Amino acid sequence: MKAGKGGVLTRKVLFSPYVVLGSVLAALCAALALMEPRFLTVSNLVNILRQSSILGIIALGMTCVILVRGIDLSVGSVVALSSLVGAALVKGGVPFYAAWGAALLAGGACGALNGFTVAWMRVPPFIVTLGMMGAARGAALLFTGGAPISGFPEVFRLPGTGWFAGVPLPVLVFAGVFAALFVLLELSSWGEQVRSIGSNPVAAWGSAIPVPAITASVFVLSGVLAGLAGLVLAGRLDAAQPTAGLGYEFGAIAAAVLGGSQFSGGKGTLFGTLMGVLIMGVIGNGINVLNVNPFYEQVVRGLVIAAALVFYGRVSAGNPA
Amino acid sequence: MKGRRLLSVAMAVLLVLSFPLAAAASQTLGVVISTLNNPFFVTLKDGAEEKAKELGVELVIYDAQDDSAKMTSSMEDLIQKKVGGILVNPTDADAVVPSILKANAAGIPVFTIDRGATSGEVVTHIASDNVAGGKMAGEFLAEKIGGKGKVVELVGIPGTSAARDRGKGFHEAMEGYPDIEIVASQAADFNRDRGLAVFENILQAQPEIDGVFAHNDEMVLGAIAAAEAAGRKGIVFVGFDAVGDAVKAVKDGRLAATVAQQPKEMGLLGVEYAVKYLGGETIPDNVPVPLMLVTE
Repeated sequence: MKAGKGGVLTRKVLFSPYVVLGSVLAALCAALALMEPRFLTVSNLVNILRQSSILGIIALGMTCVILVRGIDLSVGSVVALSSLVGAALVKGGVPFYAAWGAALLAGGACGALNGFTVAWMRVPPFIVTLGMMGAARGAALLFTGGAPISGFPEVFRLPGTGWFAGVPLPVLVFAGVFAALFVLLELSSWGEQVRSIGSNPVAAWGSAIPVPAITASVFVLSGVLAGLAGLVLAGRLDAAQPTAGLGYEFGAIAAAVLGGSQFSGGKGTLFGTLMGVLIMGVIGNGINVLNVNPFYEQVVRGLVIAAALVFYGRVSAGNPA
Repeated sequence: MKGRRLLSVAMAVLLVLSFPLAAAASQTLGVVISTLNNPFFVTLKDGAEEKAKELGVELVIYDAQDDSAKMTSSMEDLIQKKVGGILVNPTDADAVVPSILKANAAGIPVFTIDRGATSGEVVTHIASDNVAGGKMAGEFLAEKIGGKGKVVELVGIPGTSAARDRGKGFHEAMEGYPDIEIVASQAADFNRDRGLAVFENILQAQPEIDGVFAHNDEMVLGAIAAAEAAGRKGIVFVGFDAVGDAVKAVKDGRLAATVAQQPKEMGLLGVEYAVKYLGGETIPDNVPVPLMLVTE
């Protein structure tokens, strides 16, 4: 048998990151289903999707940021600040859609400040967004004196609690963000420019790409998505809290990296991140469903992620592509 | 004649001198409170004042306004005044240490209230008894579900003293009810959104749940949101801390009970034990303050 073109293609398909990630996810699900039959029910799978959507929305934005060699540590704090802005307004009698808009605007404003400082002031994104992480959290705490705002009109809560055609609205919001970003990244010139900045910034500067504007726009996007996640969270909890979203940045970064995003820029896909988010969601659900001792929880979570990354790295190294 | 006169003058001088000295040495207590901008600590101060009045002790009270620098200068003032003892509710367990060391050097006993200190010599620490609180919550929950059934425990950040103590008390209470099974005991990190997600998952795994005890109110409020969204009724929820949203949930009948700290008791016990110590009694290293169930 000659190793023909067909063989290479099969290898390529078999070892493509998606297939690998998909198999990791399937293996996890199969193992959990064997250990606890209740894991594999429609209602639990829907539950996992719904829980994962908040982190998912943020992680998709994070993927774009990592694509331009950036990082956004402020997302968790922005979730808190923007949900408080929306909550305070709707409690103050502002119509729900205006309150939603204001929350997204607040997220976008934080993102714009990040983006401006990174793109035009040339401050490393790690430092800039670390600063915003503290500033937005502090602003959120000052805003309400540390207290939560709770008890919203039903309609304001819809992004977190609603259902449409048997699917929870948070999942539909997540799917909508995925579709919109897919179009932007894969089919628009913006997406092409984002990728070229990430893979070779020097060349990007040399070409006609408006590097600062594109870089800044990615941070704005991440901020707006954090605001959107904040609205979903506030709806689900019926409360907005200055302490909400603590540690979300780590979850989002972990999901993106698990999905194949690389800090060296230019690499990373929305689909990979989606897989990363689902793997993290399934691990969290599995721990609770199996009633794993809380002391082992961190260990289990860490080990599964590390194992997935090692496996993924091995297989991709063998990938001719 | 001359000798007697001299003696009486000397006695008068001695009296004048010794009276404030004696008062300063044993009758005056300094109190430094982290902030009086929070009703919790105002109640604590009221309790201290009430006890001081009852025992005939004078209090010098300082408000640190949540500022460690202000706390430090207040402590220094009290050391200068040579008060008999200092009761401090630190703004921060680390920031208070230098002041405590100064008081130690000046030979002034220090008592901490509510928040402890990481180092320095402290006579006793007066704080809520989390073990008793967890036990109280567990017994209430057990009675409320009729002494049998399936319960879930939402654990705080694993390893923290509050999670350890509240969990210990809860498990002690559960040992008295052999017909109650703890079907899940999962960490939700004292956090409302974690409480929501973790309890959503537990609801998936457990078709039958009669009661939930969470190590704090934030987690139990998240769990209530999860149960309501899933349409699961008839679960008895018990929280801990009596935060505003939880007290409201108790009033609305969504939360069966929450465990409240008693700041007034902290103030009362603080002064009581400080006076006991200054009177030469030996007192324990820790004075546990009883907690109270809020059920309506």
